Amino acid sequence: MKAIVFVEQRDGNIKKSSCEAIHAAAGRFDSCTAVVLGPDLGDAYAGLGAYGASKVIAVNGDGLEKYSVTAYAKAFCDIVRETGADVVLFSATAMAKDLAPRVAVRLEAALASDCTALSVEEGDVIATRPVYAGKAFIRVSLSTPVKIFTLRPNVFTIAETSDAQAEVERRAPDLGEEDFSVQVVETKMSSGRKDVVEADVVVSGGRGMGAPENWNLIEELADVLDAATGASRAVVDAGWRPHAEQVGQTGKTVSPSLYIACGISGAIQHLAGMSSSKCIVAINKDPEAPIFNIADYGIIGDVMEVLPALTNEIRAVVGK
Amino acid sequence: MNIFVCISHVPDSTTKIKVGPSGKEIDEEGVTFILNPYDEYAVEAALQMKEKHEGEVTAVCVGDDAVKETIRKALAMGVDKGLLIKAERTRDSFGIAQAIAGAIRDKSPDVIFCGKQSIDYDSCQVAGMLGEILGMPSVSAIVGLEMNGDGSVTLERDIEGGQEISTTKLPAVLSTDKGLNEPRYPKLQGIMAAKRKPIEEIEAPPYENRVRVLDMRMPPAKDAGKIVGEGVEAVPELVKLLHEEAKVI
Repeated sequence: MKAIVFVEQRDGNIKKSSCEAIHAAAGRFDSCTAVVLGPDLGDAYAGLGAYGASKVIAVNGDGLEKYSVTAYAKAFCDIVRETGADVVLFSATAMAKDLAPRVAVRLEAALASDCTALSVEEGDVIATRPVYAGKAFIRVSLSTPVKIFTLRPNVFTIAETSDAQAEVERRAPDLGEEDFSVQVVETKMSSGRKDVVEADVVVSGGRGMGAPENWNLIEELADVLDAATGASRAVVDAGWRPHAEQVGQTGKTVSPSLYIACGISGAIQHLAGMSSSKCIVAINKDPEAPIFNIADYGIIGDVMEVLPALTNEIRAVVGK
Repeated sequence: MNIFVCISHVPDSTTKIKVGPSGKEIDEEGVTFILNPYDEYAVEAALQMKEKHEGEVTAVCVGDDAVKETIRKALAMGVDKGLLIKAERTRDSFGIAQAIAGAIRDKSPDVIFCGKQSIDYDSCQVAGMLGEILGMPSVSAIVGLEMNGDGSVTLERDIEGGQEISTTKLPAVLSTDKGLNEPRYPKLQGIMAAKRKPIEEIEAPPYENRVRVLDMRMPPAKDAGKIVGEGVEAVPELVKLLHEEAKVI
């Protein structure tokens, strides 16, 4: 089977999770072509060979500098049709959630979102994906000739890279004004802190933090670990933290290598959003808190005392 | 304005999920169903738009008779009428989008709101598919919405590490995220009025799922972890374990 991967760029950088998708495709299918829309990235295109892309199709041109769901859908689908790919992969980012459904309709292809495993079995592609925010998993098979999967970031880890360079083909898209019926006019990036879905380490706080002004303790630990900050639904609903940080069934689902839950009791809807993290640390004063049932390591104690000590101790180890 | 809001009927977020006898779906025994939380923002956005620009709001739901109670919840919030598109509740996202598109294409919608995802299958697909099928623009997971004088709308959505501002023209399909507004609670009067509001029922054309569920499983059980200790004294041991055993720092 021939795979094609939609590669996303932000601010001139290729997203790590798109590289994960290339790597996942290269290890499972006969060939992997990466398609990169947007501003010219120069030498970075050929570098995608390191993750297993044999070919990169770079599409630059008028209007594609800024994301437009309608124009991107048309430009990308034109390439998928032409290459005759059987499998289309995206990383399940905010852009893919916007774009992939339109691509699926255009290609008359079934779409499985946010997959956490993908395998080829007897000529069919079987995907595993969480449902009910991870309280259960389903395995699915897609009945259409072209099959589309979006892959959850941070799950398909990149085991190794090579020195290979991909063959790069540049193209101009065939787009008219009518293709830009939705147009991004501005992108506002917040400074510094990583996004909770993309980060490899997440430091998350709940009611046990006591008050929003205590969040500096969360942020200090996050700084030392180069981590994203997360929050429970209770503190988001109380207005202590923005919704973009919420982890759980009505927020983000995350799978970092390390998740540190500070003063979070572990309501079922929170656990659904973070229980697939590879290592979970919980700090809570209530020894009966459900978070301890899924934590790899726990400390029973007042988070306001434990957290600063933990930050100091980790700083000594990581040397920041 | 002719405003549509697509809603879904989902298990409450506090539900403990069990796999049912089919091995492909959950066991619905004892499960409380609610209006999908993300759809509450869609209903609220629809009602605010009606209040500012006049018109009518129709709540659309694909499912069996059981979903009528969820349509009534939207009616109780202030939606004018319901449209139940009768179909099996196991339809995949494309099946749902196609059924909705078929039912409302001729009703000249000015705007179609959806929740960004249903908290059961979490697919985030219906809004974009509906837009593509109807040939309308779509913007997913909005947290900001401004109507401009010229029939265009300015939308804000969260992306990784920031926000994206986009513009489009109505008619359009917009899916809503938490943060867009504060959904109103139904008042007693609204709940009473909802009982008398009309729910039109139509049959969806037959459809065969493109996404076939092979089986549903519970997540692998996680071994109970280790309580390292109590209070500040346990911190050095925890950091040692994270560094040497888990190798995550």
